[in-house]
Amino acid sequence: MLMLADSQFSSRLFTGTGKFSCSKTMVASIEASGSQLVTMAMKRIDLKTASDDILAPLKASGVKLLPNTSGARNAQEAVFVAELSREVLGTSWVKLEIHPDPKYLMPDPIETLKAAKMLCDKGFVVLPYVHADPVLCRHLEEVGCAAVMPLGSPIGSNQGLATQTFLKIIIEQANIPVVVDAGIGAPSHAMQAMEMGASAVLVNTAIASSRDPVAMARCFESAVSAGRDAYLAGLGVTSCYAQQTSPQKPLTAFLES
Amino acid sequence: MSFYDELSSLPREQLKLSLYSIGPKEVESALVSSEGSLSSLMALLSPAAEPYIEQMAVRAKEITRRRFGTNIGMYLPLYLSNLCANECDYCGFSMSNKLKRKSLTSDELKQEISIIKRQGFDSILLVSGEHETKVGIDYFASMLPLVKKQFSYVAMEVQPLREDEYKHLVNLGLDAVMLYQETYNPTTYQEHHTRGNKQDYRYRVDSPERIARAGVDKIGLGVLLGLDDWRFDALMLGYHLHYLERHFWRCRYSLSLPRLRPCTGGITPKMPLTDKGLVQLICAFRLFNQQLEISLSTREPASLRDNLYGLGVTHISAGSSTEPGGYSNPQRQLNQFEISDDRSVSETVSAMVAKGYIPVWKDWQSEWINLS
Ligand code: SF4
Repeated sequence: MLMLADSQFSSRLFTGTGKFSCSKTMVASIEASGSQLVTMAMKRIDLKTASDDILAPLKASGVKLLPNTSGARNAQEAVFVAELSREVLGTSWVKLEIHPDPKYLMPDPIETLKAAKMLCDKGFVVLPYVHADPVLCRHLEEVGCAAVMPLGSPIGSNQGLATQTFLKIIIEQANIPVVVDAGIGAPSHAMQAMEMGASAVLVNTAIASSRDPVAMARCFESAVSAGRDAYLAGLGVTSCYAQQTSPQKPLTAFLES
Repeated sequence: MSFYDELSSLPREQLKLSLYSIGPKEVESALVSSEGSLSSLMALLSPAAEPYIEQMAVRAKEITRRRFGTNIGMYLPLYLSNLCANECDYCGFSMSNKLKRKSLTSDELKQEISIIKRQGFDSILLVSGEHETKVGIDYFASMLPLVKKQFSYVAMEVQPLREDEYKHLVNLGLDAVMLYQETYNPTTYQEHHTRGNKQDYRYRVDSPERIARAGVDKIGLGVLLGLDDWRFDALMLGYHLHYLERHFWRCRYSLSLPRLRPCTGGITPKMPLTDKGLVQLICAFRLFNQQLEISLSTREPASLRDNLYGLGVTHISAGSSTEPGGYSNPQRQLNQFEISDDRSVSETVSAMVAKGYIPVWKDWQSEWINLS
């Protein structure tokens, strides 16, 4: 069982809500993944109308919601979003994301630390998304974060654990859970993170942009639990990266008609 | 060094020669790794890349899917005014055109807004002709708060402004500015812009830098494809984008690829862009810049638009009117250009969903931006 703040989780796979082709697929994939903690962007939520095609099915599915501050570019904006989400969704859990750089969505360490301190002081359960920076993770732990979420590689890139060396140091040093976030593109990457001793992984793009998200969600579930078992047993394996195949019907066939 | 200086010092003739003498080998290597490389962009824009259009499309689709999922951002143009003090020979709003001129009053604007809101849009593009005195900063500043009350994301496509004017509008809630260079060939530029402030080629080239310094979230670049050699204009646009990303990393960038279309008193394109050429262009930019937003207006026909979603296009308009007051009171005499895709919003959306894409109406929460 994974303890995060005051909550227990039997699944060590956290998921997200972005990039799915429809909300039905989203809910089915989350169910198939066994995930109990699901993050979603507050900026996507329609605050003016009560019905929302992301929020409503999520609430109905019974998972714990982890609102994130994606879109915020500095501490002040992130704190504002967190407060808004606490008010609207009634949860004090927040995944703190601050990326002023729209190209690679690199998290801003200085603003993140500032916001983390402010939010912890206000009683939030803060899970900051950060670069795989061991010193920064120590600072975040000191200000009271419930976990740290270092990246494996640039968000949405599916490149796997490019930061492996630094993740190992973070895992070795941390006294709070370490959730590897961003860049996990294949079940093998997730497994590798778990074998290294990560407490959990967060996977979104790799599931949502798969040809069959539900099946892929199941694959990640197995990979995460196998990786955890291997860690506990003291084993490790290497991983591979699958290439996408090209479509049967040419994409540019419409030009010939 | 400003981009204008960089642009002026480029060996244009030499670059053009290279663009047209590229061979299959260069295209093949550009297909493998092209991100951020101007020489790869050149290869992909070249005539030599035409036989590789399918391979380009496959890669473009893969990249777009990974970065943007199946999301297509929805926006709508709202024409504030068709007053214009310029003469651009491709545009129906040109000063000498006999046309009923009109700027929306605040009541008319509210009416337009309420109709647009009912259709579900939350992202709006305010458009006007370029009339410094009647439709200038004071007019924009008085109208913007009305718009911002109702839309999370507000973009503008109006004349270039000063940096302090942009700052003022940012404080009032402006999120994005679209400003198209039309062409990067100064001679062609002068031929088509024969009267008014828009004649100042340099001021226009410099504008995105002023916009970025003013703290605008997103900058839209574009050329009017067909005015000049579109391959070369697109390449210069790539240089511009490359410069801006290097110097202003906090901004997002978007690209518009309007083709020259018939309008009142219009002209024929010097170098027409075929559908295939447009696909090549979109794919080339997607491979060059994975996070670039690419938007497609209703200038393009429905059949084509529906096929372009996966290949790199990330934002579209639907059910557009290109005349001031056109949503509450459609007249069709005040149009800036002819619309090709005249399907309703719901028709456009159902065709999109049938292709496996989903409309995103809201992707922004303006209240938490620029709190400081
Ligand atoms: S292109 Fe712009 S500046 Fe030129 S005539 Fe049309 S509205 Fe006026």
